[in-house]
Amino acid sequence: MGGESATRITPGNALRPEDIALEVRTGLAKPTEDVAEYALRLGDDGLILAQRLGHWISRGPELEEDVALGNIALDQLGHARSFLTYAGGAWDKTEDELAYFRREHEFRSAAIFEQPNGDFAATIARQFIVSYYQFELYRRLTESTDATLAAIAAKAVKEVDYHRDHSAQWVLRLAGGTEESRARMIQGLKQMWPYVAELFQDDELTTRLTETGAAVAPSTLKADFDRLTGEILAEAELEVPVVPAAPGGGRHGRHSEHLGYLLAEMQVLAREYPGASW
Amino acid sequence: MEANAQRDTDSQAKDRQDADGQANFDRVIAEDSRIEPKDWMPDAYRKTLLRQISQHAHSEIIGMQPEANWISRAPSLKRKAILMAKVQDEAGHGLYLYSAAETLGQTRDKMTADLIAGKARYSSIFNYPARTWADMGAIGWLVDGAAICNQVPLCRASYGPYGRAMVRVCKEESFHQRQGFEILLELAHGTPEQKQMAQDAVNRWYAPALMMFGPPDDDSPNSKQSMAWNIKRFSNDELRSRFVGMMVEQVRVLGLTLPDSEIRFNEDTKKWEHGPLDWDEFHEVLAGRGPCNAQRLERRREAHDDGAWVREAAAAYAAKQSLKTKEYAA
Repeated sequence: MGGESATRITPGNALRPEDIALEVRTGLAKPTEDVAEYALRLGDDGLILAQRLGHWISRGPELEEDVALGNIALDQLGHARSFLTYAGGAWDKTEDELAYFRREHEFRSAAIFEQPNGDFAATIARQFIVSYYQFELYRRLTESTDATLAAIAAKAVKEVDYHRDHSAQWVLRLAGGTEESRARMIQGLKQMWPYVAELFQDDELTTRLTETGAAVAPSTLKADFDRLTGEILAEAELEVPVVPAAPGGGRHGRHSEHLGYLLAEMQVLAREYPGASW
Repeated sequence: MEANAQRDTDSQAKDRQDADGQANFDRVIAEDSRIEPKDWMPDAYRKTLLRQISQHAHSEIIGMQPEANWISRAPSLKRKAILMAKVQDEAGHGLYLYSAAETLGQTRDKMTADLIAGKARYSSIFNYPARTWADMGAIGWLVDGAAICNQVPLCRASYGPYGRAMVRVCKEESFHQRQGFEILLELAHGTPEQKQMAQDAVNRWYAPALMMFGPPDDDSPNSKQSMAWNIKRFSNDELRSRFVGMMVEQVRVLGLTLPDSEIRFNEDTKKWEHGPLDWDEFHEVLAGRGPCNAQRLERRREAHDDGAWVREAAAAYAAKQSLKTKEYAA
């Protein structure tokens, strides 16, 4: 369960946000406006998820889960820092300026990432969807024509592979555990499944970037996502929830009511002391 | 009659085993070598260790809370990542220590039950609130600093599993202390408000950190026996004095001050001395009447209760899986 993050398995090979910041500063890497917008989406996904998962540290059902969910949160935050640092290169902004001083409608995360933790089953359902989606995305993004996106993805995909394993093991355990855990797992999946569709929606930005080979069209990830999550659900003797899809809009700054509270908490201290260094 | 005779033989055999065990134990302690879980050990030694290691484990777990309190509000993403990793390390320390305690014959479940029932103790320092971001610095620098002073000698504790767990814990604690120092250094060189925030945090955490070493030597009844058993290597006052000496040096680099005008180096004893500490407050907090005692325990209880169905599910699933494996093998 959990396992060690890939950064620790391959010391020295891991790309750090500081390395990207240096490349951006020295002009070695400069994203186009489109690539920056795209990196902002992926960075916001990781950041918002890390913020949610961080809440579990000291509140998990077992100490082992405090460690595992903490690890996953750290990995997500690490990806976010890399993507945001790179995105900021187009607008002369740091990761912190982007994280702490943008307003809600300027965030580009999809709705699933900001969904409240709920009970442990809801958190696992969200992790299950997100980690299988991110794995397919990052796996393909390692071949991006944008070298920095490819490098971030190469590091991230190894870590997200562990996240998949963690969530799949828990889906099986909760579904096959007690009556209560099975009911909660079913409920958790029902709660999170409406936000699956948005993850696989193409739009003008992804279409333009797919043509240059920098990005991956989200719609092309769906078949593998369906197949692989379907295998785990079948093994757990669970059905893919039949629920209406939420309309989405996160990629264009239209968020659920949950994000405002999350940002208010995350940004409060940085905004209390604008310009301060920490 | 026969049964009595049998009992006598059994009890004689046990006496002989105890005598052999005690002789071996005494030899190991005299050689400053290590006792391992399967070795014979006096009951009092086992109890002392169990109390100390479980309290230490509980301290790591409760100690996560004041810092976890700031994860969501950390003022930069780098600081957020470092803080998350630090609090996660503390969960890891709790795990090693509970495992070490389990080798003495107590289950983690029982220790956890004692903690949430309010029957077990943990370091009283975690019953103080972490009010500002600078507290993340002061906790790392002072609290983890005091913990390191206490714990480095424990790496040589006579009980093997404890000593080995402490080696790992100490490596990580030294990172924790450095990150705390770095937070304070950054604040001390920041805006006047940031510097004030740092000074205020140091002022609040200084005395509780000094009290982490435990009561003065003349009021510490268990210390002498622990030292005879090579569990404890230095007295509470000795360690406290060393700690004060280290902090005096480091606070200068920070450009902050310690809230104690009576700190001085005694040339005669070659030891650092400090002003009086409020031991009444220490005993009040230890007795459960500190600012956050109720809150800390309630939070642990809530997490434990909320997670009960998850642990039951994991156990039920594991049982079903092992049954399946057996059926398959048959």
